[in-house]
Amino acid sequence: MSYSLMCTNLPRLAGVIVAVAGLGLAGCDDTGGDPKVQIGAHPALPALQQYLLPPIQIATPVPWGNDVPQVAAGLQVRALAKGFEHPRSLYVLPNGDVLVVESNGPKAPIFRPKDLITGWVQWFAGAKAKDANRITLLRDSRGDGNPEERTVFLDHLNSPFGVALVGHELYVADTDAIVRYPYEDGQTSITAKGTKLTELPGGPIDHHWTKALLASRDGSKLYVGVGSNSNIGENGIEAEHERAAIWEVDIATGAHRIYASGVRNPTGLQWEPSTGELWAIANERDEIGPDLVPDYLTSVQDGGFYGWPYSYYGQHLDPRIEPQRPELVARAIVPDYALSSHVAPLGLTMYTGNQLPEIYRGGAFVSEHGSWDRTPLNGYKVVFVPFNGGKPSGHAQDVVTGFLDASNHARGRPVGLAVDRSGALLIADDVGNTVWRVSSAPQPFPKPAT
Amino acid sequence: MDQMTLTATTFARDLSSRPAAQVHNQAMHQMLAPFPVAYFMGAFVTDLVYWRMPDVMWERFSVWLITAGLVMAALVVITALIDLAFRGHRPVWVRALGYLLAVLLSIFNVFVHSRDGYTAVVPTGLALSAAVFVILLLTSSMGWALTDRPRAGAGK
Repeated sequence: MSYSLMCTNLPRLAGVIVAVAGLGLAGCDDTGGDPKVQIGAHPALPALQQYLLPPIQIATPVPWGNDVPQVAAGLQVRALAKGFEHPRSLYVLPNGDVLVVESNGPKAPIFRPKDLITGWVQWFAGAKAKDANRITLLRDSRGDGNPEERTVFLDHLNSPFGVALVGHELYVADTDAIVRYPYEDGQTSITAKGTKLTELPGGPIDHHWTKALLASRDGSKLYVGVGSNSNIGENGIEAEHERAAIWEVDIATGAHRIYASGVRNPTGLQWEPSTGELWAIANERDEIGPDLVPDYLTSVQDGGFYGWPYSYYGQHLDPRIEPQRPELVARAIVPDYALSSHVAPLGLTMYTGNQLPEIYRGGAFVSEHGSWDRTPLNGYKVVFVPFNGGKPSGHAQDVVTGFLDASNHARGRPVGLAVDRSGALLIADDVGNTVWRVSSAPQPFPKPAT
Repeated sequence: MDQMTLTATTFARDLSSRPAAQVHNQAMHQMLAPFPVAYFMGAFVTDLVYWRMPDVMWERFSVWLITAGLVMAALVVITALIDLAFRGHRPVWVRALGYLLAVLLSIFNVFVHSRDGYTAVVPTGLALSAAVFVILLLTSSMGWALTDRPRAGAGK
């Protein structure tokens, strides 16, 4: 076999026996390398490892207090609003109203002893925080980042994530269905009962529960990111039916087809502004090393297969899947742009506004929710990927950081992104329970007239 | 009459020399010792099935069986230590060490079985289950007691 069972070679085995006997369940001491070598079109991919004890390093939450994240030069940040319950994604309506989707995953079933442990770990990381299962509306009609109105827009949802407005119909992607609601311009609350457009793969397992949503430009189709039902097929391949895929749903009939597959957890569906291509971000698989597998940003080809679960980054086989599917692996597409491993990208926005400095126009902001199974921690920031001619054209730059404090506690974790009507970048923070607004810093000195 | 005497004598001998002393000498852990053996051996069987027919159900059976075996093994170790510390027992070295080795290997095995996907079992998990199976087969076929009381009574 080509993979290395690093942790089961004998000296290490002896070492771990001592560790286990001493209740120091530390497992393998494998520290991740420099994430920079895994950013871009050609990430370095080390040999894969398998663990006795998968590494876990979580950032336990601490409150922001009066602190705010740090931003790159030329920018400023402040809270648009605080006091949410697990704000997970954002959507800006044509009149400028901001929808904040407050949501968390459904309760995970226990299949193995490990699932009990995972539950505790997530609880410590604040990932089990109470969610409201609702959408809150913020109205900032002056466009100055001080919303004067805040209302419950839609309540009693089922782990919602994606939102898309088509004409006067608002589509909300709950974890198990796309639901359509009538929407009138300026409405601050919807009480009408929704109608189900189509069911989506939901429980009882529902491992990756978020369903990202994007409407086609002509308003005839919806694209839906449907994440896998496991890390790497451990719930059985039959549990993955039509998952790890991007669906194309016909708005008129609710019928769907698989637009692309083999994408472990696709979110952040966006149209690239210069080419009109569909782009997405994806969370790749865990437990084969701190530097495997890099999460990515990619264009999504119609009918494309991106590897999961059989392979990653093209034809790198994953030995954890049996039986393999060589005919699928042979046509697995290499993603366009690696973001480095375990950063957990969960928000993408292609910037077409003009409020932020020139350098950000036409590129992509990506929010990295942050790692939980890697040392040192990776992610916990919002980065900017420059684009040129419809393709990433340079190294990702840190734009918003400071979600981790000096002792690696998480003050917040960035998730959904959106651009408000004024062109400022909005960031949902589901640990800090805040929506941040990043705008151009005022010029410190007025430019002398020339 | 002869028969009566014989019966009475046999009964009397049993009463005086065996049962009371035997019950007192019996290791506390002995009642619990077979449980981990049954669980670990069961895990080897479900591992074999998974290897030939990789349905996750079998892998889940294996990991729960190993977990249950380890929980019972913890009780066996505690009671065996009580037997050693407070009841004047001495280890039966071959069996005690064989049993301990099987438990240590099973600690590894439960971690290997907690991996995701096929490599939770094949090849490392299956190999560990097989090793534990063989060790327990060899040691347990000789008896269950990991400790016993020195035969002090024999000299008196």
